[in-house]
Amino acid sequence: MDIVPEITRESITNLIFNDKREDGRALDEYRDISIETDVISKAEGSARVKIGGTQVIVGVKPQLGSPFPDTPDLGVLMTNCEMLPMADPTFEPGPPGDDSIELARVVDRGIRESELVELDKLCVEEGKHVWMLFIDLHVIDNCGNLFDTAELAVMAALKSTKIPTATVVDDEVVIDKENTFDLPINNEVAMCTFVKIGDKMVLDPTLSEERVASARLNVGVTKEGRICAMQKGGAHPLTKEDIFSAVNTAISKTKELVEYL
Amino acid sequence: MIYVEDKNLVIPGQILADDEYYPGRGTFKEDGKICSSLIGLVSLRNKKIRVIPLKSKYVPKKGDVVIGKINDVRFSMWDVDINSPYSGILPAFEVFGRDKKELNKVYDVGDVLFLRVIDVDEVKKAKLGLKGRGLGKFKGGIIVEISPTKVPRLIGKKGSMINMIKNKTNCKIVVGQNGLVWVKGNEDMEQLTREIIRTIEVEAHTSGLTNKIKNKLCLAIDGELPAEETEEEFVLEKPKLQNFKEELEQEEKAEAEAKLKAEQEENEAEDETEGAEVEAEDEKETEDKPNFYAVIEELKKKNQNKKDKNLSYSDNSKNNSFILNNR
Amino acid sequence: MSEMIREDGRKYNELRPIKIEAGVLERADGSAYLEVGGNKILVAVYGPRESYIRRLLEPNTGVIRCRYNMAPFSVDDRKRPGPDRRSSEISKITADALRPALMLENYPRSMVDIYIEVIEAEGGTRCAGITAASVALVDAGVPMKDIVVGCAAGKVNDQVVLDLSEVEDKEGQADVPIAIMPRTGEITLLQSDGDLTEEEFQQAIDLAMEGCMKVSELQKEALMKKYSTE
Repeated sequence: MDIVPEITRESITNLIFNDKREDGRALDEYRDISIETDVISKAEGSARVKIGGTQVIVGVKPQLGSPFPDTPDLGVLMTNCEMLPMADPTFEPGPPGDDSIELARVVDRGIRESELVELDKLCVEEGKHVWMLFIDLHVIDNCGNLFDTAELAVMAALKSTKIPTATVVDDEVVIDKENTFDLPINNEVAMCTFVKIGDKMVLDPTLSEERVASARLNVGVTKEGRICAMQKGGAHPLTKEDIFSAVNTAISKTKELVEYL
Repeated sequence: MIYVEDKNLVIPGQILADDEYYPGRGTFKEDGKICSSLIGLVSLRNKKIRVIPLKSKYVPKKGDVVIGKINDVRFSMWDVDINSPYSGILPAFEVFGRDKKELNKVYDVGDVLFLRVIDVDEVKKAKLGLKGRGLGKFKGGIIVEISPTKVPRLIGKKGSMINMIKNKTNCKIVVGQNGLVWVKGNEDMEQLTREIIRTIEVEAHTSGLTNKIKNKLCLAIDGELPAEETEEEFVLEKPKLQNFKEELEQEEKAEAEAKLKAEQEENEAEDETEGAEVEAEDEKETEDKPNFYAVIEELKKKNQNKKDKNLSYSDNSKNNSFILNNR
Repeated sequence: MSEMIREDGRKYNELRPIKIEAGVLERADGSAYLEVGGNKILVAVYGPRESYIRRLLEPNTGVIRCRYNMAPFSVDDRKRPGPDRRSSEISKITADALRPALMLENYPRSMVDIYIEVIEAEGGTRCAGITAASVALVDAGVPMKDIVVGCAAGKVNDQVVLDLSEVEDKEGQADVPIAIMPRTGEITLLQSDGDLTEEEFQQAIDLAMEGCMKVSELQKEALMKKYSTE
């Protein structure tokens, strides 16, 4: 079903070789990006992000739960991703598959490792009650580069998240949904995804570029330019030079991306 | 009694006429009323009502020429994806006759071919063949996908639209009735042609399309609108060209022609010329090359100076931004 | 019937505000977005296409498959992802509600997939899903006898009212969601949940059908808006 026509592979490879792309972009240029936040009233935080035709909706819902034994005073982040069958004719209904889990974990890594959510402020009662943030990613249209779209959507949704105040009265937690506070966030992170086509690293790949690519590299960078998450994917290797040049591009592009937030 | 006019946009379930009219394709009769079964445009001819769909999937028909992709190589046949709910098969016999050869040495997975539908069985599986001039494997070029219902519009009246694009871009273009289009030429011209074809698809049912496409092509390639004479002609013929109905009639004639072609297997003139170019392509290519380069250099220079929308190949933003606004 | 005012200020026969848009996704063959009250529903249609699930296919016609799914963030308390008994039932009755209108005889052994995603829920998602799914099917170019439309009526404070909100659904005495083919008025979906007299039931059906006819006009407008040249 998903076999790339040989002549399509050739034409894309030749274009990239000449530093050109099917849609006229430069190799290090993003498609149009749009971000809307507070799109779901019933979620405490939400965003809908488009990069080109790719669309992701994210909802954030806090729930009271028990902390992990080794971090009794820290809140918990849970990231889940559904690559909905509506998004792509090749996506099947059913529990998240490998691709979906990888996407959720890589996006989560960027948020978690940059330590931008102040998890200590999500503690209600040490060792007993903390806020667990459920970050649910809904991929609704796949036109390539889900990683960067999803990371931006999660970042935007977190920034819009309001947490209810919770107090412990006589050993019982009382939640006040009327009085909320902004989720404490001390940084911004974005992800830049590259695919290797021929000898070139191509930023923000379209679906057809993803299909002909030999390898993929995700680079998560904070707005100060520190690397917080990476993932190499795809069937073929990358060289050290490929990776260094991609990281360099990612650091400068992240500054552009966080401007949208 | 009739409730609609020719060329009206109608939707499924809409009552079109009482039963003194005849229900054609895209319609059905219920309780003495003729209704539309599709979203499309009404076509009214001698009391026969049809609805021409805006979108539809390709269903294989005997005699059609299609562009297909080899999906699998089996013992005595190739599985071919013909952009349809129904797959096609190309039996080895159609290619080798009685000779025994290794199939994947001839056509392998991922190859793109120009084929003819030689038969369709009761479950719509298409048997494909390569007998006929110009049929065979494509070398190089790009594939553009459009809705099969837009194929007649892309070809235009007596090939007017497709020939204009071919002449202006110097690209070879082959249109499959299954909505796949093969384009080969200079790299930049291929991308421009893709853009043009997409525009035609999106705006197929709008008026004055031929002229709009001509302007777009001229602007992109020559860096200016069509020359004086055309301009005058444009002014003179403006009322005529903007006549929505006429445009659509042309489209319909083109469709009728396309159908006729498919039905009369002997009379394949146009398909063969289309196909013949596939064969001739390799010799031609070397001759044309200097020419292409001249065009591309000129284009580059002009592109540098111009920032016109029509020059960029960026997505033709048929932007569908729905709003999830919060109350 | 009295002119009592409901908790959200509506009259007994008044619908919540509705917005419908056709063709909102790039990849799907057809799609639609619908808002009614606080509901936000997105539907994508793929097909008719080849399917590898042979046992579902039929030799003489195309078949449809429907998946109704609620996003985890669509409700107040996060819903666990994936199908549950409620969503499985709604998927089934939605397919049953749409099937009578479909004309897939020209597409034997093919499948049409309908994916309904509830992005946000505020009562009446099944009817909203059916209404949006019909628009997405038309947008996909699927041949149909009619554009199926859904709407519910119910009983709140001993009054038969149209289009229950989430609060009314929870506090009300009955909910009667229906779907119809508006040209003929035939009913393709009917559920009833709660306590009604025969007379109240008849009133509810009449009211829901009236509501369906109003929503039907909005479906048509959305399609015309998407595809008319001017």
